[in-house]
Amino acid sequence: MKVSELAKALDLKVITDKGFADREIKSCYVGDLLSWVMGRAGQDSVWITIMSNVNIVAVAALVDMACILLAEGVAIDEEVIKKADSQGIIILSTDKNSYEAAIAVHKAAAI
Amino acid sequence: MLKHYEISGTDFSAAGEASSNFKLILKQLGLPADIVRKVAISMYEAEINTVIHGGGGTCDAEISDKSIVISFNDNGPGIKDIDLAMKEGYSTATDTVRELGFGAGMGLPNMKKYADDLQIKTTPGKGTTVVLTINL
Repeated sequence: MKVSELAKALDLKVITDKGFADREIKSCYVGDLLSWVMGRAGQDSVWITIMSNVNIVAVAALVDMACILLAEGVAIDEEVIKKADSQGIIILSTDKNSYEAAIAVHKAAAI
Repeated sequence: MLKHYEISGTDFSAAGEASSNFKLILKQLGLPADIVRKVAISMYEAEINTVIHGGGGTCDAEISDKSIVISFNDNGPGIKDIDLAMKEGYSTATDTVRELGFGAGMGLPNMKKYADDLQIKTTPGKGTTVVLTINL
C-alpha cells in the first residue's frame, strides 16, 4: 500500500507538504525512544509515535522510513514541519492512540 | 574521501545533521542500502552522544576502497564505566534529554550492533573518542 492510500483509508491528516512523493509501505513500527526506534524500525516503515520534536525527522531520514504517523493528535512545531519538508519526510497525524493506529494500519495495509 | 563535521553541544535541533549529510553522500556514491543503513544508524548514535554527553565535538569520516571509518572526538566528561554504558537500557542522560526522546540507553549497543568495529578511548574528565568502522 502507498502512503497516500493509507492516508485516505485511515482519514489521516497530512501535516507536511501535500504534494509529497508517494512511496510504498512495507512495515510498521511503534515507539517513542529515538535510539530504540533507530535500531529496530525497518526501511519503508510507517513509524507511529507521540514524539513530535525535530529529531524525529533525522531518525525517519536515516532509517529511510516511508512516513511518520503522529498519534493522539499531538501538536507539532512549524520548525519541525519545515525541516521534514526540506528532507522529503512525510508526517501524518491521527487522533487515535498508538495502539489503535497500529491496528488501523495493519487492517488497511495488511502488514 | 574525507569529510569533517563540527558537532554543536547545545543545538539539539541540529543533532543528526552530520549523519544525514554523510548518508546522502553515501547514497550519491551508490553504496549498497545495507551499508548505508549500518553507517547511518551507528553514526547517528555517536553524533547524538557527542551532543548530549560530550558537549559537542568534531567528526571525521573517511571513505576508502575497503571501509568507512568515522571518528568522533569530544572534550566531555568521559565514560566512567564502559561495561555499564554498553548495556542496553543503561543511560546517564538527563531528564531534559530524555524528554526529547533520547537516553534510551541504546546508543553504544546500537553502534556495536551496526558497525563492524567499535573502538572507544575515554578519559574521565578529559573526553572521549569513538571510532566506527564499517567494512565495504
